Amino acid sequence: MELSKHNNDAELEIKKSTVLNSGWSAKARIDAFERLAKSGLPTVRDEYWKYTNPKTLTNKIVEKASLLPEHESDIFKSVSPLKIVFVDGKFSPEKSDEFILSGLSIERLDTIKKLDLHWAKELYGRYEKLGQLSVSRPLAAYNTAYANEGLIIHVTDRVECPINIIYEHEDEYSDVILHHVIKIDSNAELTLLESGAAAARLNQVLEVEVNEDAKFNHIRVLGRDHERRAATHIFGELSRGSTLKSFTLTVNGILTRNECFLNIAGDDAMAHISGACVGDGDFHHDDTVFVTHDAVGSESRQVFKKVLRNGATGVFQGKILVKPDAQKTDGYQISQSLLLDEDSQFLAKPELEIYADDVACSHGSTSGAIDEDALFYLTSRGISKPVAIDMLTMAFLAEAVDEIDNYNLKDVILELLSGWLERRR
Amino acid sequence: MLKINNLHVSLEDEDKEILKGVDLTVDAGTVHAIMGPNGSGKSTLSYVLSGKEGYNVTDGSVELNGDNIMDLEPEERAALGLFLAFQYPIEIPGVGNMTFLRTALNAQRKARGEDEISATDFLRLVREKAATLKIDSDMLKRPVNVGFSGGEKKRNEILQMAMLEPKICILDETDSGLDVDAMKLVANGVNALRNEGRGFLVITHYQRLLDHIKPDVVHIMADGKIIKSGGPELALEVENNGYSDLLDEAS
Ligand SMILES: Nc1ncnc2c1ncn2[C@@H]1O[C@H](COP(=O)(O)OP(=O)(O)OP(=O)(O)O)[C@@H](O)[C@H]1O
Ligand SMILES: [Mg+2]
Repeated sequence: MELSKHNNDAELEIKKSTVLNSGWSAKARIDAFERLAKSGLPTVRDEYWKYTNPKTLTNKIVEKASLLPEHESDIFKSVSPLKIVFVDGKFSPEKSDEFILSGLSIERLDTIKKLDLHWAKELYGRYEKLGQLSVSRPLAAYNTAYANEGLIIHVTDRVECPINIIYEHEDEYSDVILHHVIKIDSNAELTLLESGAAAARLNQVLEVEVNEDAKFNHIRVLGRDHERRAATHIFGELSRGSTLKSFTLTVNGILTRNECFLNIAGDDAMAHISGACVGDGDFHHDDTVFVTHDAVGSESRQVFKKVLRNGATGVFQGKILVKPDAQKTDGYQISQSLLLDEDSQFLAKPELEIYADDVACSHGSTSGAIDEDALFYLTSRGISKPVAIDMLTMAFLAEAVDEIDNYNLKDVILELLSGWLERRR
Repeated sequence: MLKINNLHVSLEDEDKEILKGVDLTVDAGTVHAIMGPNGSGKSTLSYVLSGKEGYNVTDGSVELNGDNIMDLEPEERAALGLFLAFQYPIEIPGVGNMTFLRTALNAQRKARGEDEISATDFLRLVREKAATLKIDSDMLKRPVNVGFSGGEKKRNEILQMAMLEPKICILDETDSGLDVDAMKLVANGVNALRNEGRGFLVITHYQRLLDHIKPDVVHIMADGKIIKSGGPELALEVENNGYSDLLDEAS
């Protein structure tokens, strides 16, 4: 990526021409490109990037990311999902299941992008654009403009079988852009699982439209390859009575910025977004969340827990915006970190902005160490100190992991977490 | 079995001596009670014996069955058979009572080179012991001590003791906060564990616990020292006259 606020017109024209030949999505791409040209790529001088330096996300050169000796492709096998595999952003038909599942259609952006017409025309870039009204999110605009690959999913019924998008990482210098669009019709339901490191550098956007009384369950596990970098965005729009639940687990990662922008546009809708992360050393993890309540009687929860050690950094920027007519809003936000040593740091900016008068909103942010009294209690019963610390660490993470309703999926996450802790004992 | 010799302890953070030369020996098969005014150092003694951080042992020694335990970690002391029922049991949100008990039991077994207990044997054992202490299955499922009443926490301590079958049991004011019936349950729980191989150190302010758990020896602790030791009649004397006579006698 190379783009600054001082782009000259000639350069702009060239960039523009590359997005022009893109069929139905051309207009959205040109729009996105113009948004991007206006804002420029982010720098640490931007307020929104105060705690996370975006340099390695925007640099032309991709930093090397060494590979884990083994893939962790099958972490969700206990729920037998439909598997769709991308290797460094390239679709792998050999490793993927056929896209046959009743109640939904799945297409790839790469194969449909030359078409003149497609239903996704109405959606592609639409919610990303909406998400730029409050704060500019240039990496997402960049993504909309340039993405060539991703899944376009239309869910028309309640689909029991989860879809698992698996992102394998085999190239130490891969630079990947993925853009997924999901439309869930009224009363339909989808569980989307995502797993894997994806690339040395990943820029991903997920736009999801959850229509009336529809449900979207989302669990993702960002891969363990430590040197990877990722900037991801979720843009969600919720209609009346709909539910969106998204949980993210991050173990390792030298730089992760996960943005989530949700617009609750329909009455009585519910959005829960949560995350657990554990990091060591030069780990840097940033959760930036923005939930807008623009309807009556809706509920949102943000639950984020971070375990940081050996100088790791955690960032949380979370906002609940309640619009004037969004009465009876119930908004909850908690972000906490457990610092396992004095070198680690947690930077938090929790915000509430409320324009309606009949609402219940609360937020809290804490950062603390292991409770010495609890540790003594456990060890006095014969539990060794490292095991006791792990038990207290898992207990700390529990509130976030408890956001996952499905027991099997919860177990998968708990196992990954305890595995990480055990490897570091 | 437990041999405390001229134990001097001060706080790590402040220059303050709390235990000023404690001498005490608990033989296997006996029950020793410690009474004493508030702030005399009874809980401090129990913490130091269990290996809590924050204290400096400036003089003296503690042996458990011939091993010097003062350099050991709390978990190593537990594996050797030392158990403290806390005056104020800690609440641990997020850690299930059952998981906690099973992890503790297996950790001790492993430390002693024994096999882990199977899940079914564990369940059977814990249900049986919990029933005698009137601890219902709902309490077992909850996080450790979270939302337990004062008396429930104390019963939970005795449940842990019954599960772990320690060699030396230190009970720090286990009777405080218990109603009359619960006191009997707890006393029965303790008495059920009394045998030749096991010693007890029971810290209490009241004679009534000692009606149920009959001590062999009663010690009076004041200002960081044992100022008098005697038979069960010493506890009755305290109950009737308070500490002033004993304190005068000592000074
Ligand atoms: N960590 C600490 N910091 C400061 N003072 C302490 C600390 N621990 C103990 N003390 C002091 O040491 C003394 C002994 O306390 P301890 O709790 O052992 O008394 P106790 O005999 O158990 O009293 P009680 O009968 O009230 O339970 C008290 O004066 C107490 O204030
Ligand atoms: Mg005390």
